[in-house]
Amino acid sequence: MNGLTVFALTGVGLLVIGLWALVLRAHLIRKVLALNVMGSGVFLVLVGAGAAPDPVPQAMVITGIVVTVSATALALALVLRIDTATGKPTLPEDRERDLMDEHWQ
Amino acid sequence: MTDWLAEAPWMLLAIALPLLGALLAFLRPHRAAMIGLIGAFMSAGAALAVLLQVVFGGPRQYEVGGWGAPLGINLWADGLSAMMLAMTAVVGTAVSIYARVYLADSPNKVRRFWPLWLFTWAALNALFQAADVFNLYVTLELLGLSAVALVALTGTGPALWGAMRYLLVSLLGSLAYLVGVVLLYHLHGTLDLTLLGERADGGLALAIPLGAMIAGLLLKIGLFPFHVWLPPAHGSARAPVSAVLSGLVVKGAFYLLLRLWFTFSPEGEGLPILLGSLGAFAVFWGSIQALRQERLKLLVAYSTVAQLGYLFIAFPLAGMDPALAWGGSIYLAVSHALAKGAMFLAAGSIMMQGGHDEIAELDRVVDRMPLSLAAFALAGISLAGLPPSGGFVGKWMLLQSAMAQGLWPWALVMIVGGVLTASYVFRVLGFAFTRSPHAHESHNVPHTMEWTALLLALGAVLLGFVAPWALPLLDGVLP
Repeated sequence: MNGLTVFALTGVGLLVIGLWALVLRAHLIRKVLALNVMGSGVFLVLVGAGAAPDPVPQAMVITGIVVTVSATALALALVLRIDTATGKPTLPEDRERDLMDEHWQ
Repeated sequence: MTDWLAEAPWMLLAIALPLLGALLAFLRPHRAAMIGLIGAFMSAGAALAVLLQVVFGGPRQYEVGGWGAPLGINLWADGLSAMMLAMTAVVGTAVSIYARVYLADSPNKVRRFWPLWLFTWAALNALFQAADVFNLYVTLELLGLSAVALVALTGTGPALWGAMRYLLVSLLGSLAYLVGVVLLYHLHGTLDLTLLGERADGGLALAIPLGAMIAGLLLKIGLFPFHVWLPPAHGSARAPVSAVLSGLVVKGAFYLLLRLWFTFSPEGEGLPILLGSLGAFAVFWGSIQALRQERLKLLVAYSTVAQLGYLFIAFPLAGMDPALAWGGSIYLAVSHALAKGAMFLAAGSIMMQGGHDEIAELDRVVDRMPLSLAAFALAGISLAGLPPSGGFVGKWMLLQSAMAQGLWPWALVMIVGGVLTASYVFRVLGFAFTRSPHAHESHNVPHTMEWTALLLALGAVLLGFVAPWALPLLDGVLP
């Protein structure tokens, strides 16, 4: 097993851990973190799996990081707003109820 | 002068103009509505210029900054891209005219609609013209992020929850798509769609990346059973936002799915039948849920779940006469954009007039706003696939394709789905013609709003007449 395979396998591992937390954790900050862990996993596969040094994946990872930072900023802003508006940093269980709740209209 | 106009870099301008408008509208919030409207007209103009260029000159490529692939970024527009650009231009113009009046008395926060909406438009135009799988990823993320921010605009509880759920699903979908991009690059050494199409020839080296990409896109399109985020997000947003989300944003992901499918033409029977079956379930589930809703905007949102299902029925039908099945699906997508846009705009006017959108309490709304109700009914005609609407042309082509191959179960799905669509449209119309036991306050609704919705709905119906000129655009694009 060479170094590159280790990178790629670690990346896949991060993807799985992230997905697990995204689905099972209720706290929204944890969900946002889970998506970040998954993103890192994908980037690790991207730079780690190629045989020869190649600038294209690195350029892609840099772009990807910019996208991830923006997405995380938006997600965190939303979490803060949800926490302020409802007092809980989680999503309600019954999604049908959200819209029936006239209190917010 | 005319040469210069014909050769101007309209493809680039179709992305740059909405982007510029968005930045200006953000910097000048007090003039956001005016800047937004001018930006919208200019973006629509650039998109229609691309359409003309493609109609008269065939598919076009544009090398951004003169760099060209593999170092630079290429834009590519063929008949399918041009059709999508034109669809966005028509719906986008209507939404912008409507929103200027609709949001006029809103607090400043809500006027942030303008920069976000123009960002969404720029992302859509970039997505429709991107020529490599990584740029498609970037545009997909731009589209998702600006759409999520649009949902959160009102800042109320349901809107924030809807936006959060949408964001999580959208990010997961793009990550799955990105995994596919990464694998494609490592296995085939390129990101360019055309080159990938030549190099990737079946087997696991294609199946795994393509599977990840398709799964991610299905999440973003909201195909059954991945639709749970869609009704809360589309139903809780402001009317112009709902129109953009249901009419255009989901079509962005659907366009990308078609692009990948046409590029790689995956072999095997299983996947098309799976996608078609999910589509059929979406038709039934979405329609039945729409029938059960008590609120107008949620009914229209569930109708989107059902109508998106129709688009996927082309996958199992494309075996014999691909042009017929794909043409039908694409035409249906375009008609749905206009019809659903009009329906949400009309619903917004009705909601503004009565201060609520309870279907059972519509209370002879036909007396007070005949124009909006006509818009709702005309849009419903196109959604149900009644002639001579654009929806009819799309569904007819799909039906013809199913019948010619003797695949009657798919034909049955479409016919039953059409009846269900008609039922939920007529349910709304029924309540609009009857008096409710409660008295209601009523507010004035500006005529501009009502007329915009009506003209857009009329456009959805008239699409049926322009089919003989519109469909040849797809020659050479479809496999």
